[in-house]
Amino acid sequence: MSRLFIILFFILTFLSKSFATTVTEVRSQKGLSAWLVKEHSIPFIAMEIRFKGGATLDRDGKRGAIYFMSALMNEGAGELDSSEFSAEMERLAIKLDFEVYQDSLSISVKFLAENKDEAIDFLKMAFLEPRFDSEPIEKIRNQIISVLGSNSKDPNKIASKVFFQKSFPNHLYGSGKEGSIETVSSINREDILNAYSDIFNQNEIFISAVGDITEGELESLIDKVFGDIPANGDASGLKAEYRLSGGNTIFDFDTPQSVVIFGQKGIKRADKDFFPAYVLNHILGGSGFGSKLMQELREKNGLTYGISTYLVNWENADLLLGQFSSSNDTAFKAVNMVKDVWKKLVSDGVSSEELEDAKTFLTGAYPLRFDGNSRIAKILVGMQIQGLSVNYIRNRNQKINDVSLEDLKRVASRLLIEDELHFVIVGRPTS
Amino acid sequence: MRLVYHFLEIYFKFSFITAVLLIYSSQTVLADQKVTNFVLDNGLEVVVIEDHRAPVVVHSLWYKAGAADEERGKSGVAHFLEHLLFKGTKKVKSGEFSETVKKLGGSDNAFTHWDYTGYYQRVSKDRLALMMELESDRMINNQFSEDEMEIERRVVLEERSQRTDSDPGALFAEQRRAAMYLNHPYGVPIIGWRHEIEKLRKQDILAFYKKYYAPNSATLIVAGDVMPFEVRDLAEKYYGSLEPNLDLNKRHRSTEPPQLAERKIVFEDERVSQPYLIRTYLVPERNQGAQEMSAALSVLAELLGGNENTSVLGTALQLETKKALYASAFYSGVSYDATTFGLLIVPVKGRTLEQAENDLDVAINDFVENGVDSGQLIRIKKQLRAADIYARDNIFGLVKSYGTALMSGLSIEDIQRWPDLLQNVSPKQIIEVAKVLNDKRNAVTGFFKRPTGNGDR
Repeated sequence: MSRLFIILFFILTFLSKSFATTVTEVRSQKGLSAWLVKEHSIPFIAMEIRFKGGATLDRDGKRGAIYFMSALMNEGAGELDSSEFSAEMERLAIKLDFEVYQDSLSISVKFLAENKDEAIDFLKMAFLEPRFDSEPIEKIRNQIISVLGSNSKDPNKIASKVFFQKSFPNHLYGSGKEGSIETVSSINREDILNAYSDIFNQNEIFISAVGDITEGELESLIDKVFGDIPANGDASGLKAEYRLSGGNTIFDFDTPQSVVIFGQKGIKRADKDFFPAYVLNHILGGSGFGSKLMQELREKNGLTYGISTYLVNWENADLLLGQFSSSNDTAFKAVNMVKDVWKKLVSDGVSSEELEDAKTFLTGAYPLRFDGNSRIAKILVGMQIQGLSVNYIRNRNQKINDVSLEDLKRVASRLLIEDELHFVIVGRPTS
Repeated sequence: MRLVYHFLEIYFKFSFITAVLLIYSSQTVLADQKVTNFVLDNGLEVVVIEDHRAPVVVHSLWYKAGAADEERGKSGVAHFLEHLLFKGTKKVKSGEFSETVKKLGGSDNAFTHWDYTGYYQRVSKDRLALMMELESDRMINNQFSEDEMEIERRVVLEERSQRTDSDPGALFAEQRRAAMYLNHPYGVPIIGWRHEIEKLRKQDILAFYKKYYAPNSATLIVAGDVMPFEVRDLAEKYYGSLEPNLDLNKRHRSTEPPQLAERKIVFEDERVSQPYLIRTYLVPERNQGAQEMSAALSVLAELLGGNENTSVLGTALQLETKKALYASAFYSGVSYDATTFGLLIVPVKGRTLEQAENDLDVAINDFVENGVDSGQLIRIKKQLRAADIYARDNIFGLVKSYGTALMSGLSIEDIQRWPDLLQNVSPKQIIEVAKVLNDKRNAVTGFFKRPTGNGDR
């Protein structure tokens, strides 16, 4: 009891004396908002920008266009062709990385305080005047096609491809964001321009900044760089129907070790049982060493190097997924063991000690996430896109601590349906 | 940038040497980063890196012993031992170490390299003493049963299957390394050869443990919101009483003879989709007080392969002649013994690997003849300087950066001089070291492809 008290006390003081009280919501003249943490001890700024929509905004027959377009955002803008653009980025030592997910486009920016103004001018040009020249289009197209070819021989990529295809046969969630060799081959400059205007939309933008910058500077930055992006469009997407039921799908592939992806329906982020489910998943397989699955499969039986499960919360679908690899001659044994753990967690439940351990870990680990400008910026923008307020940082651990054994029991029987578990096995598993 | 990264990820998975890592390994610290170091009476070196932004510490213990210190025929011992160190001591039961760290909300893990084995925990700063208590305990009191060892052997073999045997690119890297080093143990994989992992005995593991797990073989690095005097007091308390191993000598591995013959290896695998070619050359590493050549090689790798739109190889092979889908160069000087400089070319469809090899040679020759573009050199130096600033944001990255350099025989002074050495590299020095690339007797050229008669080549 006393240990728990000490930890809780520590977290509260931690949160109040560090950043939690210093997240500022900045609103610009053009009506854009951003979250800011000022941190002047290192002379640079980390920014995270998210546009909702992501790869699910691909138009019919143009699967991969958003991904393709995002790869071209670093390949020339304004007066600068791709080489000049890269050289200018080097001269200013700007880091600009684009990443596409099914539901969002993520942009990570770092720039030095010493050339802030030049960096801002550069970013404005990069976002508002991308060139999409034909030479880089062909270069990137060939690279994507090469990567798609390699993915088709990679058991991990095959496993996730098969799993999602079977889960969402009628939705873009069922196909890879990179597209296929056929679609990527057919995408032209007009499709790229459409992809650009489909996703760069002010209604669906989220911004955070951490580093050596003031409120005023950030306000003028966001107006300058993002203020002229049009405010229209709809990134909400279509509801996705999960179509997988229980069972196994075996994909024959000549490799010594089977890759297994498994899953079932998950739980919505907004569900009142989300936090119990989050704690339950932590105990089940969310925590690396010490989780029930890791204990059974790795520590007690040596069947795998690692197994983990995670709750997936997409805009239009929620899943509980897991993954591991095991030699072909032990893969089925491992699959059965996963099912047993699933069943036992429902029938036997969780002990009060296990729940306390999970709480102390989850509440203790939360403040430790906030070290580093880039890490904090990523957390802040993630909160915005989920619709959480700044206060969430302070309230979040209480939501974990409120989870009771009864909650876990209820959620285990509601969430963990062993009969619904589907296993995609890529390899040559032997029974 | 992102696609380049994907390429690196695909082609160099687990090979530990990428152009991305070059920036990382050449990163060090500006003058205002507070680093303090001292040595305990029993020989334990201690380094404190202060960062007071968040009340977090990284506690890490590094042993100057890795896969390259294993006895011949016992490959995988260092890595296997690293796994078994989580099995407990007289005081701490199996798995309890990680459980304890987890209950505190912390994270812990370990890593094995050719030159070192490291253990770390990331916890709130008021838990530092407990970490030291646990870590110093397992330096001398580790224990495990034969049963635990057998289960862990299966885990290690699954790890090898997952990371190496399931990935043709990783197998190719392993074969290239074995051909690169004729005599030095860097040619043996860290995780070990499967047939040797299968035969390791408890006494093999214990012999390595007893020899190397001692305070005078270790370096403690603590980073985060902590003052050097606090670390000194705690280190004295928890590590100060440990007995040094007085029989421990300076690390000495068998060295390379003169390499007289270029090696070409052809790796064929049905799982290959995109053929490519990698050539590595045996080159010097960073040495205490002598890092100039390594600095020049680092800048050379950036010039040749840094960014595909501006680098020498990217411009010549991807943009101008369009003979390559991707071309790059990589080098990291952080190594105890001689390391490698690498070149990579991924040909466009329709060009063979033999043609690609020739394309690469022509581009390198042109570079040596034409000299360094001074504008490009200035930009790269600016990038390297900025990388130091960005690196300071990641406290764990700094720990790794210091740890790997110290384990490679460098001093704190060497680490802190490195950024200036990079800035001081001249075009003349770069061209001088680039001539190394013309002598292929020191090189292994690897062809990565589908089995012949299968597919489009």
